[in-house]
Amino acid sequence: MAYTVPRPKLTFAEKIYLPSIISGLLITINHLRKMLRGQTHIAMQYPEEKWDTHLPEHYRGAPTLVKDEHDRERCVACQLCEFICPPRAITIKPGELPAESKFAKVEKFPKEFEIDMVRCIYCGLCEEVCPEQAIFLRKDYAIVGTSRAEMVHDKKKLYELGGVMDGLVFKWNEKK
Amino acid sequence: MDAILSLDWFLILTSLAKTLGIIFLIVLPMVSYTVYAERRVSALIQDRIGPNRVNMPISLLGFKKDLVLPLGGLGQPVADAVKFILKEDLTPAHVNKFYYWLAPCLAMVPAILTLAVIPFGSTFFGVPMVIANVNIGVLFVFAIASLGVYGIVIAGWSSNSKYPFLGSVRSSSQMISYELALGLSVVPIFLIIGKLNLSEIIQYQIRHGWLLFPFTAFFHSTWSELVHQLILWPWTIISFVVFTISIFAETNRLPFDLPEAETELVAGYHTEYSSMKFALFFLGEYAAMITGSSLIVVLFLGGWHFPGVPDGSQGWVWGLVNIAVFFGKVAALLFVFIWVRWTLPRFRYDQLMRLGWIWFFEIALVNIFITAGILAIFPN
Repeated sequence: MAYTVPRPKLTFAEKIYLPSIISGLLITINHLRKMLRGQTHIAMQYPEEKWDTHLPEHYRGAPTLVKDEHDRERCVACQLCEFICPPRAITIKPGELPAESKFAKVEKFPKEFEIDMVRCIYCGLCEEVCPEQAIFLRKDYAIVGTSRAEMVHDKKKLYELGGVMDGLVFKWNEKK
Repeated sequence: MDAILSLDWFLILTSLAKTLGIIFLIVLPMVSYTVYAERRVSALIQDRIGPNRVNMPISLLGFKKDLVLPLGGLGQPVADAVKFILKEDLTPAHVNKFYYWLAPCLAMVPAILTLAVIPFGSTFFGVPMVIANVNIGVLFVFAIASLGVYGIVIAGWSSNSKYPFLGSVRSSSQMISYELALGLSVVPIFLIIGKLNLSEIIQYQIRHGWLLFPFTAFFHSTWSELVHQLILWPWTIISFVVFTISIFAETNRLPFDLPEAETELVAGYHTEYSSMKFALFFLGEYAAMITGSSLIVVLFLGGWHFPGVPDGSQGWVWGLVNIAVFFGKVAALLFVFIWVRWTLPRFRYDQLMRLGWIWFFEIALVNIFITAGILAIFPN
């Protein structure tokens, strides 16, 4: 059976459109007026204005590697971050520390540590999973490069971004 | 030889100067900056900022950044033009080449051609500021302006593709339904004034007040003239509303942009066009907006006249002021065009037909009879 959609009864003012057209014009001109007076909240104008001064504490930027206060790289090449990384952005080539090294009892160190920033999704799982607290998401967000190769952060670049972070884990200090 | 010498060289040279001046110094820059204004105003209405990056290439000493004025965005039309010229000019294989190339010209030319009869100023060093002061002024405008639909129809047909075709079919039926109302709505004006010449229409409005605001002649008119104007005022307002809305439809502006209708027809009649050919359609549309606004200004808003400002016979400065007043009024109307575009949604096709044939045609027709009746009872 055909069902007739009930149409609303329009008043005369609604039928001739004009009052609603005028109220619509008033709405748009009010938006324009508020914009011209600077009363509208507009989006941040990125290259000129930046968030840098008031980035929130929890902001997750580029993942970096850190060294401890004895200039030892914290990473012990356990590869947990490589395994948990959802987009598989991390590639680690573990190596063994030579016996004459000051930190020989740590046994392993990353010979190569690469994070492909084209793949990285800034999820922070690597930081969360790291038992040595060696990898941290810092606040760098403008990661740029002109080629794919340039977008792969190698060990040198990662330590450059990460810097030194002291405190935290002391187990290797005690075992020295 | 005598035939050449006996030509009115002064008239030819001044007409040439006026033509080149108005097209290249006023209208084309105005077209490109209307596009810019469209983008900026639409942005402001939508709580955005709009194109504000491309700066004017201004330099004080020839260095790159020795003079940076806060004119952000004003270079945008230049950048747009360069982009259009440098883009690949693609002609699809499946089109009818001759008409495909003809259509953009047909869209651009009528819009510019109608400017010939529009008086854009009083006089400048004794030269009347109208390119062709013909007695059939308005008829010429209507005749040429309705040619604009050929550009759209031919573009849609020659593109050999369904969306442009639908756009052009819509456009032609829209033109037919609105041209009637457009023509009929100005008949009361000619009943009142008795002239078709656009310069004389302005002269009448200087003496008796602008047709939309008869009070501009308040101080130098007699009581009987004022009463006469007041009786006619409501009907000229109706004329103005119908005429303005018809001009919106004529120039394919929202709420009547059915030929383009991005959401339904991709880009309507110019879907298959790229680079400078597309730009010609674009320029034609905005040039048509400018001629339409100039026509409204001439017919209803007193043309270059502003109360208290003398005409060009009082000195060349006033001639310039008159031209500025005219284009100031045109710019204000262009703002209204833009403002309406970013307020109203598009009409549905049957609503448009209804509006054209059932409402405006009848309103304009009844308006003619009422004005004629008033003029029969209270003759000038």
